[in-house]
Amino acid sequence: MTLKLRNVTLDVQNIRRDFPILARSVRGGKPLIYLDSAATSQKPEVVLAAELNFYREVNSGVHRGAHYLSELATEQYENSRQKIAKFVNAKAAELVITKNATESLNLLAYAFSNQNSPLLLTAKDEILVTEMEHHANLVPWQQVAEKTGATLRWIPIAEDGQLDLSNIDSLINNKTKVVSFTHMSNVLGTITEVDLITKKAKAVGAKVFLDACQSVPHLPVDFAALGVDAMVFSAHKMLGPLGIGMLVAKEELLEQMPVFITGGSMIETVSMERSTFASAPKKFEAGTPNAAGIVATASAVDYLENIGMQAVSEHEQELTSYLLAGLASVKGVNVFGANLPNRGSAVSFEVVGVHPHDVGQVLDDDGIAIRVGHHCAWPLMKKLKVNATSRVSTYLYNDKTEIDSFLLSLERVRSFFGVAQ
Amino acid sequence: MKLESLYQELILDHYRNPRGKGLRGNFTGESHQVNPTCGDEITLRAQLSAANGVIADISYESTGCSISQASASVLFEQVKGVDLARFELIFDEFYNMMQSQGRYEPNEDLIGDGIAFIGVAQYPARVKCALLAWMAAKDAIGKVA
Repeated sequence: MTLKLRNVTLDVQNIRRDFPILARSVRGGKPLIYLDSAATSQKPEVVLAAELNFYREVNSGVHRGAHYLSELATEQYENSRQKIAKFVNAKAAELVITKNATESLNLLAYAFSNQNSPLLLTAKDEILVTEMEHHANLVPWQQVAEKTGATLRWIPIAEDGQLDLSNIDSLINNKTKVVSFTHMSNVLGTITEVDLITKKAKAVGAKVFLDACQSVPHLPVDFAALGVDAMVFSAHKMLGPLGIGMLVAKEELLEQMPVFITGGSMIETVSMERSTFASAPKKFEAGTPNAAGIVATASAVDYLENIGMQAVSEHEQELTSYLLAGLASVKGVNVFGANLPNRGSAVSFEVVGVHPHDVGQVLDDDGIAIRVGHHCAWPLMKKLKVNATSRVSTYLYNDKTEIDSFLLSLERVRSFFGVAQ
Repeated sequence: MKLESLYQELILDHYRNPRGKGLRGNFTGESHQVNPTCGDEITLRAQLSAANGVIADISYESTGCSISQASASVLFEQVKGVDLARFELIFDEFYNMMQSQGRYEPNEDLIGDGIAFIGVAQYPARVKCALLAWMAAKDAIGKVA
């Protein structure tokens, strides 16, 4: 296979120098080869510095008091919200900041099972997900179905790792009230047909939600252009810190959604008997926010925008093609979804005769970090007829020499467990 | 830390030639255990003789990594034919070794080839793999009231 030469503007070696962890060694002096960015990305020095500087320079309560530090902290916090929202072409008023994408999805789902919600589902309604959802976009909807009597349905996946849309017109019908699905599979890398599904869901008046955890870090994503009602993603997969999740939702949807976690910061007035609530997004942000984390997330956005999401995406496409060609040349290795027409940089595979845990262990001994297991997508594993897979996932800081080392280590896996010919 | 100390020859041998594998019809207690981090599973049956309190058979069906498969095989070898008092001693020895982070002098008289798992105890992520069958055995034997 020949690789198409692209006009890549991304300088990987320069980028690598920005990530202190990539210079460390593991397992007795082996250089770290980090191929697990779909689990969590590494963080550049500027992001680490942004979080530290918040504590060093402006630490104080945001939206509290009139003192100088509080003003600075509040300004940084609100500027960060603007910046994060703009990154996905959303308005600041459309961005709710949570603790992680899982909480964002639970916040959405709660609106459909809360007794006082105008969005409450009934036993006549249907919720549609897909067979390749992360548990975070499946379990909350199972809970909604259980509480309301609504029916949970799903779009199956086909052998090739794409969604099987052959029955889409019966799966999306007049009873469908929610369609919630992944933008990019965390297991197979499949990029789903957002436009088509959204169009059909809108035609029957259903709300459309997108799990964008794997897409926002790797592709240009435009919330307004996608036309979905809401999408979720997390900071830690896009060079930002742990503990920050995003829910981007249309304002009219946020207005309809009932309060979820309640307490300080989200109220308008409080008496002993009852309270009234702030408007969205504040009404969903109870308690002291992780302001340092939000400021660091904005710094990660700056970093990505400086490089350009188009360049990030093209770099990963090239790496992924190189990886897939390499995997195809290793005997006894099968890629799940090897011929996906539209894919991201997460690639799942099996080494025939060797359990993924054992694959991962040998790679680890060579300093190579990949993910092995069910990837929080148990139903997809059942569909693939495996208990687990091995997954490689790359990001803007990976290069082809790392892929070469990985492929070499896979040969060691095969010889170590005696499955090489 | 060498890969060879984790995957000792004894472990690879039990993995490739598992002893006692397969579910057998005679049993007094059964346990199904899942490792929630990787989805690996085992169904294990214990046949306890009421007359003398001896574990007459351990049979199992499992899917999982080399460590979990080999550990089930060693369990079968060590536990089949022993009485409950000795089972407790064997179980505790293996369990304590696995919790030791590798700082342990295992008693070969009790756990036999199980001593090869001392290297696994140094990899925290793999301790659960090694204990899966043993937890199933304790559960299945405990169900025999």
